[in-house]
Amino acid sequence: MLESIFRELILEHYRKPRNKGALENPTVTVSMRNPMCGDEIDLMLTIDGDRIEAVGFTGQGCSISQASVSMMTQGVIGRSIDAALDLEKRFVALMRDDEGASEDRKLGDLRALQGVAKLPVRIKCALLGWNALDEAIKAHQKSPTGAMGEKLEFEDLTELPAGFDPATHKDDLP
Amino acid sequence: MSAPKTASQADSLPAELTESPLDIDAIRAEFPILDQQVHGHRLVYLDSAASAQRPAVVIRTIADYYTKDHANVHRGAHELSVRATRRYEDARGKVARFLGAGRADEVVFTRSTTESINLVSMTWGIANLGPGDVVVVSEMEHHSNLVPWQIVCERTGAEIQAIRVTDDQRLDLDHLDALLGSGDVRLVATGHVSNAIGTIHPVDEIARRAHEAGALYLIDGAQAAPQLPIDVRAIDCDFYTFSGHKACGPTGIGALWARRELLDAMPPYQGGGEMIEEVRIERSTYAAVPHKFEAGTPNIAGAIGFGAAVDFLQALDPETIHAHEKRIARLVLERLADEFKAITLYGPAPDVARAGVVSFTLADIHPHDLATILDHEGVAIRAGHHCCQPLMRRLGVAATARASFYLYNAEDDLEALVRGLHRAQELFRV
Ligand SMILES: Cc1ncc(COP(=O)(O)O)c(C=O)c1O
Repeated sequence: MLESIFRELILEHYRKPRNKGALENPTVTVSMRNPMCGDEIDLMLTIDGDRIEAVGFTGQGCSISQASVSMMTQGVIGRSIDAALDLEKRFVALMRDDEGASEDRKLGDLRALQGVAKLPVRIKCALLGWNALDEAIKAHQKSPTGAMGEKLEFEDLTELPAGFDPATHKDDLP
Repeated sequence: MSAPKTASQADSLPAELTESPLDIDAIRAEFPILDQQVHGHRLVYLDSAASAQRPAVVIRTIADYYTKDHANVHRGAHELSVRATRRYEDARGKVARFLGAGRADEVVFTRSTTESINLVSMTWGIANLGPGDVVVVSEMEHHSNLVPWQIVCERTGAEIQAIRVTDDQRLDLDHLDALLGSGDVRLVATGHVSNAIGTIHPVDEIARRAHEAGALYLIDGAQAAPQLPIDVRAIDCDFYTFSGHKACGPTGIGALWARRELLDAMPPYQGGGEMIEEVRIERSTYAAVPHKFEAGTPNIAGAIGFGAAVDFLQALDPETIHAHEKRIARLVLERLADEFKAITLYGPAPDVARAGVVSFTLADIHPHDLATILDHEGVAIRAGHHCCQPLMRRLGVAATARASFYLYNAEDDLEALVRGLHRAQELFRV
């Protein structure tokens, strides 16, 4: 059970996160904190029109949150916003343990996180970076050129630990 | 009544004390919840600093009260109400004795430590603080003894200042003196035992210095009352607060002790039934203390269970519980330091009198990952900032793992913790 969570690939991303570091001129920056556990990331994106040109992040957290955000950056850099949102949907399905999600090849390395779906109290960790991405895209869509430089701060207050309820969680997803 | 322990009395473990002064097997047998498996392992509960477990006698007392004696208190002209009132007021007396208070009417029942502190900040604080006044807290406070003072300072224009934490993780009393030197301090509010790192503060010394400077002294005793002998008169503090649920009692009940003349002078906290004397449409007169501060139907069963819990602790003898805590803390600190090269331990050194709360980090394994792994070994610990973000900032760490050992924990629990930490190292290839 634990072996399926703390896998080699996850530890590798935890210890050597990809795209960690601040971007020089992001078009949008989202700070996402989990006030319950103190995990926090600042996610920076440079979005040009419909394309995510660059992604970087800073912050700290557990292996699951750090590995998840690290893999996420790999999955969305150079892709369109629609492709990023599609990936997010697939990742949430993985966390919800939806049928077939663990076979979803489009998730690539992210599938290594599938064991987290069996640990309700840690799903929040895996979603921290994705919630930041989601807010960043929303902010970008509201003002494609506007948000430049200004950091948007969020507290991730989604009630999860006491029995991650896929049905209610689904509602507030895009 | 024995004198309260202080860090200055730093009594180290007597060499002959190779066994716990408590009969741990007998104590465990009184805690039904401990007799279970979690994830296929014996439950090893090391999270009592967050909330302790209850002995059967507390559970039985509450059931017995509801089974035989329940009615509303202080109002009935019938037998059950008389009995409920008697049991509720008896519980007040037990809590008062447990705290070394001179009189039962100095104990106000509240929901918790948090509510006790808010009661003082919202009544005494609003009535007595103003621009130019200072409330002194410390960098080691639980948020419960910090945020209420921030709120009242914002409302009254008073200022909040914090006693610094020394490098060896004690309160810097020289800094306290410097803060008191301004002459503007109206209240000093500190914990008695740190929930994050186990430091025991020299509360009698702080009380003396606060009073010399003309300030009152409030103690957050949430972590101390469960495991130290408390004597509010010997400490000579002005307010003392604690929660039932960390002291083997029910959740939803806590106590505020304050000197009678302070309680008399404080305006009421909430308005409603129980707390009044005579009510007219325009205005009312209030009941005498402590009822002035207990508006509405109180947590009667909670208070009665609380009374049973302090009786339970009293019967074990707080002095003996403290000796057990000191001993187990020392064993834990020494064992973990010996066994794990990559461990960082927080809090005072093992030979300093301290509580059985041990905070640590292990290699680069995040505390939440440690907690998850230990949980799968049946070991319940806490990971995070422990509601002490300023302290975490001071220690330069975002989160720690915290194992808190209480009166039902012994060496076998320590060994389970050690096994779990080895498992974590193995999974993380440390
Ligand atoms: C030192 C300290 N103060 C205050 C509190 C708050 O206690 P409660 O949540 O019971 O009000 C706690 C408990 O977490 C604590 O450890």
